[in-house]
Amino acid sequence: MTPTETKSQAAGVADTRAVEVHGVSRASFILRGALAAGALYGASAVTPLVSMAFAQGASSDAEILNFALTLEYLESDFYNVQGPQVHLTGQARSYAKLFGEQETEHVAALSAAVKALGATPVKKPTFVFPATDEASFLALASVLENTGVGAYNGAAPSLKSKQVLAEAGSIVQIEARHAAAIDLLLGQSPTPSGGFDIPLTKSEVLAKAGPLIKS
Amino acid sequence: MPAQTPSQPGGEPVGVIERLVRDDVDRKRFLKMVGGAGAASFGAFAVAACGSSGSSSTRAPAATTAASASAGDVAILNYALTLEYLESQFYAKVIAAKLFTGKVGMLVHDFGEQEDTHVEAIRGAVSKLGGTPVAEPVGRFPLSSASQVAQLAYTVENLGAAAYLGQAGKIQNPEVLATALAIHSVEARHAATLATLVKRPVTPDGAFATPAEMSTVLAAVKPFIA
Repeated sequence: MTPTETKSQAAGVADTRAVEVHGVSRASFILRGALAAGALYGASAVTPLVSMAFAQGASSDAEILNFALTLEYLESDFYNVQGPQVHLTGQARSYAKLFGEQETEHVAALSAAVKALGATPVKKPTFVFPATDEASFLALASVLENTGVGAYNGAAPSLKSKQVLAEAGSIVQIEARHAAAIDLLLGQSPTPSGGFDIPLTKSEVLAKAGPLIKS
Repeated sequence: MPAQTPSQPGGEPVGVIERLVRDDVDRKRFLKMVGGAGAASFGAFAVAACGSSGSSSTRAPAATTAASASAGDVAILNYALTLEYLESQFYAKVIAAKLFTGKVGMLVHDFGEQEDTHVEAIRGAVSKLGGTPVAEPVGRFPLSSASQVAQLAYTVENLGAAAYLGQAGKIQNPEVLATALAIHSVEARHAATLATLVKRPVTPDGAFATPAEMSTVLAAVKPFIA
C-alpha cells in the first residue's frame, strides 16, 4: 500500500465501526424501510445514512478522491486491458469500449482534481481480473459498477468542497448508467437496490474491490 | 487487503438534528417563508424557490444558521418532491394504459413503485425538517403510443437525474444529501434503461453527467402540469 492508502486506511478506522454496527444487508433493509416511512429523520436516532456518511468524515477530500481514483483505475483497466483479452461480442463489446473510454476520462479528471488540491494522485495499482469469458466479464462489470455507485454515494457527503462534490456527482451518475446497462444485458434488474442506491463504507467497497488489487 | 481494526467506542458526532431543535424559534420563522405554514401551491413554490426572474440560483447562499440551512434544504426537497410527484403520476398513467407488457411492463411497474417510494421519503424528509411538503401538482401527460411514451420517459428521467445533480452542491444537511444521492443514481438507472428501449445513448452527456439548474428543470416540466 502506498503511504496515501495507509493513511487513508488509518483514517478509515471509524468506518469499520460503522460496518460492525450496521452490516451490509441490515443497513440496506433498515434504510429502505426507514426512508419509506419517513422515519429517517427522527430526531432521536442517528440514521444509517448519516452514520455511513460521518464514518468516513475523517478523510480529507484528497484522500476520498484518491480512493475514487483507485476504483476508476480498476474499472479502466478492467474494460481497456482485460476487455480485449476476453472474446466479447455485440452489445457487451460496445459497452466495454464505450465505458472503458469514459473510465479513462474519469481517471484523468480525478487525477487532476487531486493535484488541484495540492495532493499527489495515487499510482495505478496492478489488478487481477478473474473474468475470461463474456459471462464472467459482464458479471464482474456489474459488481464493479454497482460497487462504484455505492462508493461514491457513501463518500460524497463527507466531501468538504462543493465543487469536488459536484464533480463526484457527475461521475457517479455515469457509473449508475453503466451499472444499469450491464445489469439489463445480464437479464437482471437495472435497479438492484430498488428506489435507493445504498451508500457503501470504504470497508464495504474494499471487500468487493480489494481482491482484485494485486499490488 | 487491509485488516479490519476492532470497533472503537466513541460518541456520535453532534447532530445537525440537535442543532435544528435548539434553533426552534428562528427555524419556524424561516420555514414560514418557504411554505412552512399551509400547503404551498406549485406555482408559489416555484417562485419562492427560484427567485423572481428565473435566475439559476436557489434562495440561500452558504447558510450561517442551522435554521436557514434547514429552510434551504426544505426548498430543495420540495422541488425534488414536485418532480417525483410528476414521475409517479406519469408511470401510474402509463401502467393504467397497459402500453407495455412482459419484461418492459415489469420494468415500468418497478420504476413507478420506486418513484412512489421517492415521494414518500421526500415527504417524510420535509416534514421532519419542520417544513410542509408541497401540494401534489396535477400532471398531464400525452400518451399516444408505447414508443412515444418510452421516449417521453427517457426525457423525463434524464431531466430528473440532471435536476438532482444540479442540487447536490446546494444541500446543507448531510442526511438530505445522502438521500438525494441515493435517489439521483436510481433516476440515472431509469434513464439508462429507457435509453436501451428507445435506442438512444445510455450516457447522452458522455463521461460526465451535466447538471441542470432548478429554473431550467421547472420550465421543462411546466407543460406537464395542468
